[in-house]
Amino acid sequence: MSNGCVSLDGRLSERAIELLKLLKEKGRLKDTEIAEYTQRPLFQVRSSLRELTNAGFLKVEGEHYLLTEKAEEALSKA
Amino acid sequence: MEEVKVVSMPRIGDPAPSFEAQTTMGPIKFPDDFKGQWVVLFSHPADFTPVCTTEFIGFAKLNSEFQKRNVQLIGLSIDNIFSHIAWVMNIKEKTGVEIPFPIIADVDGKVAQLFGMFHPGESSTVTVRAVFVIDPNAKIRAIIYYPLSAGRNMKEILRLVDALQTADKYQVATPADWVPEPQTWEFTEENTKVIVPPPTSYEEAVKRLKEGYECVDWYFCKKKLG
Repeated sequence: MSNGCVSLDGRLSERAIELLKLLKEKGRLKDTEIAEYTQRPLFQVRSSLRELTNAGFLKVEGEHYLLTEKAEEALSKA
Repeated sequence: MEEVKVVSMPRIGDPAPSFEAQTTMGPIKFPDDFKGQWVVLFSHPADFTPVCTTEFIGFAKLNSEFQKRNVQLIGLSIDNIFSHIAWVMNIKEKTGVEIPFPIIADVDGKVAQLFGMFHPGESSTVTVRAVFVIDPNAKIRAIIYYPLSAGRNMKEILRLVDALQTADKYQVATPADWVPEPQTWEFTEENTKVIVPPPTSYEEAVKRLKEGYECVDWYFCKKKLG
């Protein structure tokens, strides 16, 4: 299956960077809150969150998503 | 005696089958990505075909009404993602209508098989016009099947969602032709036109555009009967 957020060589898509920047600004957010901020459909946000979590860019605490060090590093280069 | 092949198909009240798929709006995992939402999953026979195009325009125009009801529309056909993207762009270019919901590229037909969208008596190669209304608990609440030749009535699907949600909320049943409030559903002269079967060769496609039909594009022409 092709990816929506992370390319096969590990590069982040615009959608992924937008999401990571939002989390950097807000600290921690739920999927529904991210959908509201980004005005993207909830299913698409959930799909992106899953992909970014699996790729090590996000961690989950309860219902909230937070950036990992890997994400902070990626954002500093973006 | 001839052996009858029995294919298991999900029925009303069954849990909706789980699947992962590529769509025009990225990868999806069903039902996980749709937790807490109603879903209308509908199949169409093929991209760049006229009846399907009218249906997609119909769904797109009612998308905000579905959204108000916490319903996510999902389209599906066995075309690939590039075909879907090209078709969606073609619809936007020719009619100005943006398709605001994902379309599953079910190239190997796995999702269609899971949901029983192939009806070999109608067509062994493409999906029929199936509609699955799935509730926030991922349970199938209603199923509609239409043949290839008849476009669905999107307002009826919206009415069905209203009826299911009303039944859940108030513990009631709804009678024939029930609507939540008086409707002014407009059927205009446009609704009386029929689709001219699309051309099946390049030569026919070129000729079609000169035949005086009302054409949106080479594959999508309408006419009045009589």
